[in-house]
Formats: sequence, structure tokens, C-alpha cells
Amino acid sequence: MYAQSILGIGWAVIQPIFSMIVFTIVFGNLAKIDSNGVPYAIFSFTALVPWTYFSSSLSSSSRSLLSASGIMTKVYFPRLIIPISPVISKLLDFFIALIILVGMMLYFGFSPSTDIIYLPLLVLLMIFTASGLGMWFTALSIQYRDINYGMGFFIQLLMYAAPVVYPSSIIPETYRTLYGLFPMAAVIEGFRAIFLQTIKMPWDFIITGTIISLLLVVTGSFNFRRMEKYFADVA
Amino acid sequence: MTDIVISVKNLSKKYRIGLKEETDDTFVGAVGSILKSPFQNLKRLQKLTRFTNIQKNSDDTIWALKDVSFEVKKGEVIGVIGANGAGKSTLLKILSQITHPTTGSITLNGRVASLLEVGTGFHPELTGRENIFLNGTILGMTKREIDSKLEEIVEFSGVEKFLDTPVKRYSSGMRVRLAFSVAAHLEPEILLIDEVLAVGDVEFQKKCLGKMDAVAKGGRTVLFVSHNMAAIKSLCKKSILFSKGVLADFDQTNKVIHHYLNDNNGVEIKKSECGPDNSLTLSDSVKLVSIRLIDDENRKIEILNENSALGVEIIYNTIDMINPIVPSVNIYNNYGEILFSSINRNFKKDSHSNNGNHKYTLWIPKNTFSSGYFKAGVILSSLSYANSERLIQTIKHLSFEVNDKSLNEVVGENGREKESFLRPQFEWEYQKV
Repeated sequence: MYAQSILGIGWAVIQPIFSMIVFTIVFGNLAKIDSNGVPYAIFSFTALVPWTYFSSSLSSSSRSLLSASGIMTKVYFPRLIIPISPVISKLLDFFIALIILVGMMLYFGFSPSTDIIYLPLLVLLMIFTASGLGMWFTALSIQYRDINYGMGFFIQLLMYAAPVVYPSSIIPETYRTLYGLFPMAAVIEGFRAIFLQTIKMPWDFIITGTIISLLLVVTGSFNFRRMEKYFADVA
Repeated sequence: MTDIVISVKNLSKKYRIGLKEETDDTFVGAVGSILKSPFQNLKRLQKLTRFTNIQKNSDDTIWALKDVSFEVKKGEVIGVIGANGAGKSTLLKILSQITHPTTGSITLNGRVASLLEVGTGFHPELTGRENIFLNGTILGMTKREIDSKLEEIVEFSGVEKFLDTPVKRYSSGMRVRLAFSVAAHLEPEILLIDEVLAVGDVEFQKKCLGKMDAVAKGGRTVLFVSHNMAAIKSLCKKSILFSKGVLADFDQTNKVIHHYLNDNNGVEIKKSECGPDNSLTLSDSVKLVSIRLIDDENRKIEILNENSALGVEIIYNTIDMINPIVPSVNIYNNYGEILFSSINRNFKKDSHSNNGNHKYTLWIPKNTFSSGYFKAGVILSSLSYANSERLIQTIKHLSFEVNDKSLNEVVGENGREKESFLRPQFEWEYQKV
């Protein structure tokens, strides 16, 4: 996965840590964004663990078909493997980042709540959202390269639609349902509820998020299967 | 129950090709088209996967394959030949399920391994070893199977030294070697190979052909696309000829090759006669009247059997020729390679100075050729001192078939042409000692 690189798996650690440092300086110290009363560093890092997973797996899943076009036009194998495999393989990075989070919790003196039993549910929600969107985008990108060009930009903007740098509590109550439509809101706030115990488990987010992510996976894979037979021709 | 492994029914594949786009040469027009272009792009891109009214032929679609049907039995090695763009690779791509047919269906019984083009399915960043596992897995081998065959694969490919080097640093030859080795050791029931051997060196090509032969003898089925007629001929008993997406022939390999080679040159298949064609004449003083291929009894022949000699009869007309004329006849095989040339060494005794018609007949004794297809060319040169000038030249313009039944009995129908194009019956002396 990290072929021909110096840091190798170290990249799994560097990305969230550096984002955390920058966010802490910019949003925590300069903009003084509310962090539910916990140090901004761990506040943002708790969100960055699932978010980094989501953004990197979504972007490589969206690019996957195009980068595999060489192999795709030569041999047959179930095409669905292509967008799914980055979603699976990025889990390794995710767990490494999770270990760092545990280290930070020890340092800052946090302990997880009993809601940790729901952690697998949140992880599944995260995987489903990434793979559902990934399947949609990668199937489209093979025909419409615009997806490929716009993806990095889109994911960057998407971060502000999720409570990564701010808490969801600053969202006005009337917009809360609308805000919950993005399943990553449920995942991130869920992580904060489990690891920082600053909020309760956001069950309203989790329920809508689960519905949406399942919908994404079902429609995404259906569309993927439908488009599959054209991949080799238009790639 | 049935021994049909590949069955293709009414297979067609349509592709969309690009058409030249109109460009505006005024400033306003150009700005307008920039604004319009996203919409046009959208339309164009949508059309890539959308074929409304499949049967309709529009300017920007082509049929890569049209209404192709055939069946292949278990254990057959089938050659697939045809000009570039005839649909050979498209067929293999459909058979290996990389692309789907527009209409029609295919039925495959057994595991398919395909080797399409150079570098088949390798990940450039991974090492040779990793790619063996990747490729093997993709082609349906279990890790255990690959483990047990790894040594054999590496040995066959001859790239041991580079096994832990990323494949992107391989030469194209090395890539093909490795790819072929993996596919060949997969033991698939059906092996599809598309013109991959061209990159390997002679020694490796031989190894591959040997391996393919072994694969076929093991009762598995091979479809082999190549432009190397010699390889096709030595490997495949039967062959398929494609021409512009249509299955043009499916028969014994040598017949199909003959069909292809002659079709290709735009010359009629059998042409044993040639009239006064001016394009062949290079001089004013000599004109060709006719060339005929004849048998003992002076009849024009198309198929020569074992009982008759072959005559090449040349009639020409001279006006004011001073120098003697030297006739010669070249005999070519089906692939256009010259087999021999016969020149009249005794031309000096023949009379040339008279105006009028002259006739030469070259007699090639009976039982000279193997059964098969041949071509003949005639050259008339004038011999002045020191240099000779060509007056009339036909290049492989006549063709004939030899069917030597007495020979077929000995070497078999499939042994025709196999070892030698010529099998002259020289003097065989027998003594019991």
C-alpha cells in the first residue's frame, strides 16, 4: 500500500496528527471554537481518526477504477473488489490512528464510556458510508472524469459538513435533522461521546446515518453492477 | 456430457468511435462553443454507454464483431487470424468476460485464463513475486496452488533474478515471460492468448509453443490469436479467420491461412492463367501474350495431382529485339517465401531475333511438391553484354494447389506442408543386404 515510500505506514500517523496540530492552532487557539470544554487537540483528534479514514478511503475508492483500468482491460475478476479494497485496507491506518488516540486519552486523562460497545456499529457506519459513496463515484468517474478532478476539492468541503473542527452542538436545533443526513456526523459525534464523554450518544444522528449509509451501499452497488459491463469499453 | 467447451451464438459487439468535431473560427462562435461545450460533452459521454436502437447503423458506431457463431470442442487448439481490426481481440475480450457483447451470447465450460496484450494484469508497483500471487489469485488460483507452482513458474519465466523488483522496471519481454508463465501454469480449462509471444525472444517463443502444445495435449482448449502464421500452423489444427468483424472461415488451418493470405493481397484465390497485362511489361519491344499453368496434356490446371508434371507456359511477342531473352520462373510458398527459381541456362541456342510470338514451357517434374498452396512468378530478362534488363516481371501472380494423394497417404492430411514445402521424388535405390 505504501510502496516506494520512506515513511511507509508512518503516513497513517502523520496525516491525522498534523491536521490536529494545524486545527488546534487555527480553530482552537486563533478562532477559539468551542470544544465542549475539553482540550481542542484531543477534541479534534477524536474526530480526525474516523474522518481521515473516511476521506482517504473515499478518495482512493473513487479513483480506484481509473487507476485499475490497466488491469481491468486485461483480466476478468469481480469488479466490485476494486472500489472495496481501499475501503478495507485503509482500516489498518484507522486502527493505528485509534491506538494514537488511546495514547492521547491516557495523556489527557480521559477514559471511554460504557457506550464503547457501540464502537463496532460506528465503524461499520463509517465503512458503509465510504464504500457506498466510493462505489457511486468510481462507477461515474470512469465515464465522467469530472468526478476524478473534483473529488479532492469535494472531500475538502465535505469536512465542514461534518463536526470535525466544531461540535455539532453549535448547529441550530431546527437544522439538526438536516445536519444528521451526513452519516459521518453520527460517527464523529459518536466517537466523541465514547472517548471524551462530553456528550451523550447522538442516537438521532446514528439512526438517520444508518439509514442513509445503507441506502448508499445498496444504490451504489446496484449502480456499480449496472455500469460494470461498460467499464472496459469506456475506461 | 457434451464436449463443447466454448459456444458462441450470434455474437455482436458495437463500439462508439469519435467523430470530428466542428470548430468555430469566429471569436463569438468560439466563446459560444466554450459555453456550450459542457452540454455537448455530457451528451457525448452519455452516448458511450447508451446504444438506442442497436440495429441502427450510425456514423459514429462500428461493429467490432457482427453475428459471429461457432463452437469449440474440448482439447482443440484453435488459431484465430485476421487483419488488424478484424475483431480477434474483441472476441477474446468478450470470451474472457472483460467486456460484454452488445447482442448474442457465449457459453463457457471451465475456468478461463486469458493473456491479452503485453504486461497482462500486472500491478506496476508490485514486485514480480507479488504479481505472481496477485495475478494467480485474480485468475482463480488459491494461494496454496500458487505456492506449489511458484518455483515452476519462476523457472519457466527465466526472471529469477528480478523476482523482487517492481514489475514497472521490467522490460516488456520480461513482463510477457512472467505473464505467460503464470497463465500457462494455471491449468485452466480454456486458455486465451492474444499475440503476446511477439515480444519474447526466439528461445522463449519456442518454449511457449511447446508449453501450449502440452496444454492442448492435456485435453485443454486453447484459442490463440497471432499474426505468426508459422506458429499458428504448427500449433493449431483448425483456425478461425475474421474479416471486418465477420467470421469468414472456420476450417483446417492450412486452408484458412491460404484463404487469409490470398484475401489479404486482393488477388483471386486460384489464378492459373495470366493474359496480356501491360502493367507487367517493362519494355516496348516485348509484350506478354499469356502465361498458363498446365499439366502433361496441355490443359490449364488449378489443382495439380500426383500423376502430372507442372508446366509453366510463357508466350510473348517481340518486336525488334536484338538481345537474347532469358526466361526464369520462381516458385513461392503460400507465405510468399521463395522456394526455388529456375532459369533457362541454354537460352543462347533459342532464336530471338525474329519478330512474332515465342513460347517457352518450363516443366517441373511430377511429385516435386508437398500438398498445399503455391505461387508462381515469371521473369523475362534481356541479356546484353554485362548487364541484364528485366522486360517482363510477374510477382507471385499465378497460384495453384497441389494435392498429392500418394504423399498424403504417407504423411497424413495434417502433415501437408508441415516439415517441407517440397518433397521431390528423387531416385531411391533399394537393395536387400
